[in-house]
Amino acid sequence: MAVSESLPLRPTPRPATAPSTWVFLGALAVFTLVVTVMASQGMISTAFVKTLGKTLCLMLAAVAMDVVWGYTGILSLGHMAFFGLGGYMIGMWLMYARTENIVAPALAQQPLPPTQDEIRDAIGSQIFGVVGASDFPLVWMFSHSLVAQLALVVLVPGLLALVFGWLAFRSRVTGVYLSILTQAMTLALALYLFQNDSGLRGNNGLSGLQNIPGYEQVPQATISLWFLWASALALALGYLLFAWVVSGKMGSVLRAVRDDEARVRFLGYHVEGFKLFAFTLTAVVTGIAGALYYPQAGIINPAEIAPIASIYLAVWVAIGGRGRLYGAAIGAALVSLLSSWFTGGGAPDINLGVYTVQWTDWWLVLLGLSFVCVTLFAPKGIGGLVDLVQARRVPDRQGDYGPDKGAKRQEEGRE
Amino acid sequence: MSIRSVLLSSAVVLGALPAAAQDVSCPIKVGVLHSLSGTMAISETTLKDAMLMLVEQQNEAGGVLGCELEAVVVDPASDWPLFAEKARELLSVHEVDVIFGNWTSVSRKSVLPVIEELNGLLFYPVQYEGEESSKNVFYTGAAPNQQAIPAVDYFLEELGVEKFALLGTDYVYPRTTNNILESYLKDAGIADEDIFVNYTPFGHSDWSTIVSDVIELGSDGSQVGVISTINGDANVGFYKELAAQNVSADDIPVVAFSVGEEELSGLDTSNLEGHLAAWNYFMSADTEANAEFIAAWQDFIGSEDRVTNDPMEAHYIGFNMWVNAVEEAGTTDVDAVRQAMWGQEFPNLTGGTAVMGTNHHLAKPVLIGEIRADGQFDIITQTDPVPGDAWTDFLPESAVLESDWQELECGMYNTETDTCVQIKSNY
Amino acid sequence: MRRLFLALALCLFAPTAVVAQDLQSILQTHADEVADPGRRSVGVVIDDLLAAGLPNAPDFLAAWQDRDIVRDTADGRFYRAGRTSDGQITLIDLDTGAETMVPEDRVEEVRPNGGVRRVLGGALVRFRLSDPAPEVRREALTSIARRPDADQIEPLTQSIPDEPVAAIRAEKERLRNILIARFGETTEARVEAIEGLGGTVSSDARAALSQILETEERVAATLPDDVNVARILTPGEDISRVEAYGRLVDEGLAPARVSDAALRDALIAAIEDGTVAGVPVETLDTDAARRDAYVTLAEAGEVPPFVTEEEVDAALADHVFFAAYDEDDPAITDAARETLEAVDLRVGAAQTADLALDALSLASIYFLAAIGLAITFGVMGVINMAHGEFIMMGAYTGYVVQQFVPDYTLSLVIALPLAFLVAGAAGIAMERLVIRHLYHRPLETLLATFGISIALQQLAKNIFGTQARPLTAPGWLDGQWVLNELVGISYIRIAIFVLAALFLGLLLFILNRTRLGLEVRAVTQNPGMAASMGIDPDRINMATFGIGSGIAGIAGVAIGLYAQVTSEMGANYIVQSFMTVVVGGVGNVWGTLAGAGLIGVLQKLIESLNPSNTLAAQTYMILFIIVFIQFRPRGIVALRGRAAGD
Repeated sequence: MAVSESLPLRPTPRPATAPSTWVFLGALAVFTLVVTVMASQGMISTAFVKTLGKTLCLMLAAVAMDVVWGYTGILSLGHMAFFGLGGYMIGMWLMYARTENIVAPALAQQPLPPTQDEIRDAIGSQIFGVVGASDFPLVWMFSHSLVAQLALVVLVPGLLALVFGWLAFRSRVTGVYLSILTQAMTLALALYLFQNDSGLRGNNGLSGLQNIPGYEQVPQATISLWFLWASALALALGYLLFAWVVSGKMGSVLRAVRDDEARVRFLGYHVEGFKLFAFTLTAVVTGIAGALYYPQAGIINPAEIAPIASIYLAVWVAIGGRGRLYGAAIGAALVSLLSSWFTGGGAPDINLGVYTVQWTDWWLVLLGLSFVCVTLFAPKGIGGLVDLVQARRVPDRQGDYGPDKGAKRQEEGRE
Repeated sequence: MSIRSVLLSSAVVLGALPAAAQDVSCPIKVGVLHSLSGTMAISETTLKDAMLMLVEQQNEAGGVLGCELEAVVVDPASDWPLFAEKARELLSVHEVDVIFGNWTSVSRKSVLPVIEELNGLLFYPVQYEGEESSKNVFYTGAAPNQQAIPAVDYFLEELGVEKFALLGTDYVYPRTTNNILESYLKDAGIADEDIFVNYTPFGHSDWSTIVSDVIELGSDGSQVGVISTINGDANVGFYKELAAQNVSADDIPVVAFSVGEEELSGLDTSNLEGHLAAWNYFMSADTEANAEFIAAWQDFIGSEDRVTNDPMEAHYIGFNMWVNAVEEAGTTDVDAVRQAMWGQEFPNLTGGTAVMGTNHHLAKPVLIGEIRADGQFDIITQTDPVPGDAWTDFLPESAVLESDWQELECGMYNTETDTCVQIKSNY
Repeated sequence: MRRLFLALALCLFAPTAVVAQDLQSILQTHADEVADPGRRSVGVVIDDLLAAGLPNAPDFLAAWQDRDIVRDTADGRFYRAGRTSDGQITLIDLDTGAETMVPEDRVEEVRPNGGVRRVLGGALVRFRLSDPAPEVRREALTSIARRPDADQIEPLTQSIPDEPVAAIRAEKERLRNILIARFGETTEARVEAIEGLGGTVSSDARAALSQILETEERVAATLPDDVNVARILTPGEDISRVEAYGRLVDEGLAPARVSDAALRDALIAAIEDGTVAGVPVETLDTDAARRDAYVTLAEAGEVPPFVTEEEVDAALADHVFFAAYDEDDPAITDAARETLEAVDLRVGAAQTADLALDALSLASIYFLAAIGLAITFGVMGVINMAHGEFIMMGAYTGYVVQQFVPDYTLSLVIALPLAFLVAGAAGIAMERLVIRHLYHRPLETLLATFGISIALQQLAKNIFGTQARPLTAPGWLDGQWVLNELVGISYIRIAIFVLAALFLGLLLFILNRTRLGLEVRAVTQNPGMAASMGIDPDRINMATFGIGSGIAGIAGVAIGLYAQVTSEMGANYIVQSFMTVVVGGVGNVWGTLAGAGLIGVLQKLIESLNPSNTLAAQTYMILFIIVFIQFRPRGIVALRGRAAGD
């Protein structure tokens, strides 16, 4: 009611053209430039460039999470599963091609030229010898082709999201039920991948991904910059895409679904369709972010997909501020960088006399508690500070319902 | 720059430093890459402390090549990708001369590409599944032929076990070890259906059905033995269930490869008496060197209750070998130290001498111990030193592979085709 | 008395005693073997000892088995170990019983390993079968059961008439029957004994039967007449064709097939000036090209030709594959087979029963872990992600109590209510401080409680360390309740089941029979209406949260008793608990019970289908739940009417 009243009076600013979008993109460009210059001057280490590049990918995932949660009201605890799947898909090609470059020349030295099967078998025993197997499982059938695996980066998370979303939304699973169901999906996937029999090297996962086949001679310092640029570009494009999605009519419907699903349905909209669209699109973008992240991390394994990772994604978005894309991005960057600073021993220990607070031990306690505080006292997160500066409320966040006071309350509570 | 010139001038003035000291920049940095938080912290923190103790002892003894040693400790937080990141940081930011670290196989695989890319030097102290030999890594823990195979021999020979239950946590070490053992057992004439293999997730707690299955194996009167590669916490529930179902070590002996003194301190051991473990070191080893080591350790950590274990001994041997190799090479340059490491000898804490092979694995004796009520082990057999085998002889794909960094300059050499499959290791 | 008896027994069984020697001198002739015995080689020592007919030999063997023997490194003599005090150890001479004191570090313990001890136990059986102490006789019978041997029939038979204890006598007769079934002399006696084994599922009886039925798979041109054939194996059905042909090759009855490796080796051997049989080597990079080249070589007679499929078929058709019993007498194998079939039926039933018990036990654990969650979820619509940490809190409470109260029974009695109080208080505190402010924002409650969860987990790690802590069950909970040899369940699990049943009853009573329960139900169904009827929803919420969290604490103690106490134990149960609640249906005790039952049974069922991979079982179970939710989105027991919401 409050929303519908305010709409004709004060039209929602269209985030696609909103100043915040351009500010964000500009800042991103400046950041990339500065990092590039500093890295080429040797002022920051390759390891740190990789950390920054990875952070950009996490920001992209967080922006996607914001669209599905902050705008559409689906608290998905499964988006890191899509992130990981994207990583696995690109990882398969990276491992296959790298191993092929090693194995093929070795085989060529033999008296007889190798057959295709022999090459494939040799690659298989190289890749799976580590985990006590030697044959290629079916899931690796396209791994020799970069194009196919790139397509799978989009298709696998997309299809999983589509099927899962269709099943879930069709049977009207909403609210906390949906959250738990997505968590179950993540757990099932992680448990499946943990098995050696899954064909993706079980607990070991795929490793050595930072070595790009065909570019073995290029130093990691250069490769890390390439990936930084690619991640920045992906983040910029993803941000623009989502800014466009959440603006205009589509955005209004998504927010309306968040605020009162039943009413939107009565108005004749196909709610499930909109939800499915948001869920799948964000899954695909998250998958792409993952495909850029893991070559920088160097290794992907099932622990990355564990339910806790997805919860952390939600935490970043909540701390950054839901319902605004830049909030999610800031939250992801801030918390993940802080986290590595604290756990990396960067923060000085605090000596209380009787007890020395070591941040490696206490960082998680701090994070947990600060998270509770943010939820309780600053539901708008860090992004809320922008409102303070602008000294006005963003119009689309008015009324009793809406993320500042939580989405529709009783429905969620009961379902 | 200034440090270096100071060093140079002081070297000239003192004239007491070895001639090669100009290749060394003081202090010599020793990277310690062990998780101090997260799930692996419990095991790895101990190793970090052990390294700090060894560095301190070495400094008291005058350092290396006239330089102080400085330990650079980082925390990869049981997060596998973070291991790679921290290794890169150690090598490129802190510019350490050597790294001692890692526990899990997956963390080692994560670090390998970085170490090889930046030509670092890693000492890996934990028993592992083998099937690897990197130019830049020295494996001071046991390969399967230094732990698993002798234990199975003991089962076959001494206990007359006819049926085997291979129980493991579902990850690479148990998987590979069990593959090797299955193949080894079949060679030894054990039929397929007499080998029961089961994998459980990390931290598994519901063991009743699995233990029943194992007991059922013996229903045809065969002697059943359990080879356990169960990791970490899950052992608690497993041994509790064995006790609950009245399975004594006399009925069904269990030999564990991942249960040592440290793990037993979390258990009520009264029900476990007589079950076995195979390692290269037990705290109960009765030698003078061991007594000294234990005293130094308990003194360093400030507690009489702290135990020593196998990976600590591995670090002890690895560190001392590295010190000797550096002294011999007169430099901390990785390639020179690597070559000086081959054939390096150092006395074990359990007696005898460990020798570093050209395949970067140690030759060490294998010990089998029975669990005592006080959480220590009774050493019941001790073999002659067994050279670590990077590539197992009991899997067809690996049997043809060989590692020799001195002669063949290759860690993965196919003896059938006489080619080096790859110079970098497989990760 | 006992010694005299043993001496007598010895005279009976070792009438051909050689020249009298003392024990020590016999041991000294085998000194190395005695000091470090091996399972296969220790027999010589035992034979010599028994052959000498020394009265103290059995006592020595028993002491050796019990690891009471030490060796004096000064003179290499063996002694029985006595008391130790102040670094001095008393040595008891084996022959004379004279005692001497020597410094402890001078003696070396003789430690026979498990295998040797079993051999020693076997050697002692004949002396122990008529031992006056019943537990020694029982031990001897266990030894026989472990290692049945033809020699044991006679001493066993002789000891039966004088056996005073009825139970041991029955056991002796049972074992004798088993021994006769396997080693009896006449066919009639064996068949009779075999048929006598029909009514039991005991493992030694089954072992005897399956050992009689051991077969060997063989191959021959025609079925020989002189073997006791168990069954004929058809290639392609009972054994694969490849395997069958492989056997023919092994027996030298057919030429080996050319394997890919052999093919490659042959081609490599035939390389001349960069060509093989006239084909350039570079073109041999496909299987087809290689085969062609090989065929050319074969035609030239340089290598053996390929074995064609037709030749394989013909070879397989020309031979008969069969499994033959090791036992030659068909009457005996027929009887054994029939008996074993009957026994197997019983065994199958017993195993199903055992699995059912396991499932029941698992279900009761899930129920205990989830019921607290179900109550808070049902009443307040609040997802408490920190529920698992309340479980952990309870378990650690139990651990801490055990540090102060060494008596395990007493500590358990204290720990259970204390865990309830600690976890309950934590729950109330959380409700007051956090959740109360978020009642209108359930999704944020989920996240806030998650924040609490990670903070609590890390806090536990900081306080107790990451290592698993022991929570030891009292002695009377050790062991298991044995229905028969196959069906048994540990007392701890029974205790957990009882605990779960207790709380089920208690909750049902509170909810249905008390004022508080009435108010809780009212708030569950319609908080607004309940409030306007004078019920204080705040108070109810607080009470429910306290009870729910308290039960989680109790569950923690229960879980800690049979599994490990770690800071992550809560996280291991939280998803299962959610599943239980979601599958069962929210806000209903019966629903949770049904959910826990379904999940427990299902998990055990999937596990039993694929016993080698427990992880896969968990994956499939979760997938099943996701699908299940599709068809019953509100769980098994859904609330009806207005309470159901929309």
